Amino acid sequence: MSDVESPLQPDHVGLAHQFEDLDQQQQSDELGIWLFLVTEIMFFGGLFASYAIYRSFYFAAFEGGSHILDARIGAVNTMVLLGSSLTMALSVRSAQTGNRRALVLFLIATMILGGVFLGVKAYEYNQKFVEHVVPGLDWAPQGEVLAHLAPGGVQHAQLYFIFYFAMTGLHAIHMVIGMGLLLWLVLRGRKGSFTPQYFAPVEVVGLYWHFVDIVWIFLFPLLYLIGGRY
Amino acid sequence: MSQLIVPQKTYIYVFLSLIGLTALTTGVAYVDLGPFNTMVALAIAFSKMMLVILFFMNVRHSGGLVRIVIVAAFFWFALLMAFTMSDYRTRSWTPAPDSWSSAPPTHP
Repeated sequence: MSDVESPLQPDHVGLAHQFEDLDQQQQSDELGIWLFLVTEIMFFGGLFASYAIYRSFYFAAFEGGSHILDARIGAVNTMVLLGSSLTMALSVRSAQTGNRRALVLFLIATMILGGVFLGVKAYEYNQKFVEHVVPGLDWAPQGEVLAHLAPGGVQHAQLYFIFYFAMTGLHAIHMVIGMGLLLWLVLRGRKGSFTPQYFAPVEVVGLYWHFVDIVWIFLFPLLYLIGGRY
Repeated sequence: MSQLIVPQKTYIYVFLSLIGLTALTTGVAYVDLGPFNTMVALAIAFSKMMLVILFFMNVRHSGGLVRIVIVAAFFWFALLMAFTMSDYRTRSWTPAPDSWSSAPPTHP
């Protein structure tokens, strides 16, 4: 893009030819990513709706399934993800103020926190295999786990864990894609591609990252918390 | 996508509020509120979502078109939930006519 830059038009770095000016381009970028996020709401919405139906049908089984998850690990992981949203918001702010070093550092911090989240998620998935509560592959709950699942029907609890893996798995895929986008931003940010006038990629990836955070904000209570722990 | 630069402090306070709400919802999970268990958990999640949308995603300073798109998305989701649940949860209210469950008529 540097070969089309003109010293007379510093505001026009990163301006695509179909737009009148950077302001119009930014408004289009924001509307575009939000329309994409709307399709994502529809995508996850189907899962949330089917979760609601089956939870209302097999309430005790879903409560028993929730009870087996460790709410404390879920809470800590939620805070880690909220922290990554903070660093993401701060990296957008650093792009606005033209602080390239802070931009790259905050983006890397966001990636690290995202990685911690996925690491904890991997540990939790492993725990499911240890407890033999993986639907289809390894479904043989025993002992205390079985005692929690028994009141709602052990086979019905399998349905809860299908939702658990499908919803957290889809969320984790979104995280992995987001981390790929963050890496791309880090590489571009280091080269100084973003200026206080042009930082749309940072902002657009930021909106995506916050959206993935919002999905988790709902997954956490629905999967972990409403499990009759009293 | 406003050019307005939000003070760093604002983001920190929003983050601390989000952490507080996470701790609150986790704590409440150990208290039996009867039929309000799910509602309280979802109400706190909704508050957290609004904090993220308004401050981290900076929709406070977004234009009307973006706001309409967001509201439309949630309106669509409300329709999805309302119609799906009103279907599934009311199917048992009236039994299916007997003729529906009998074997299809045989034609000579």
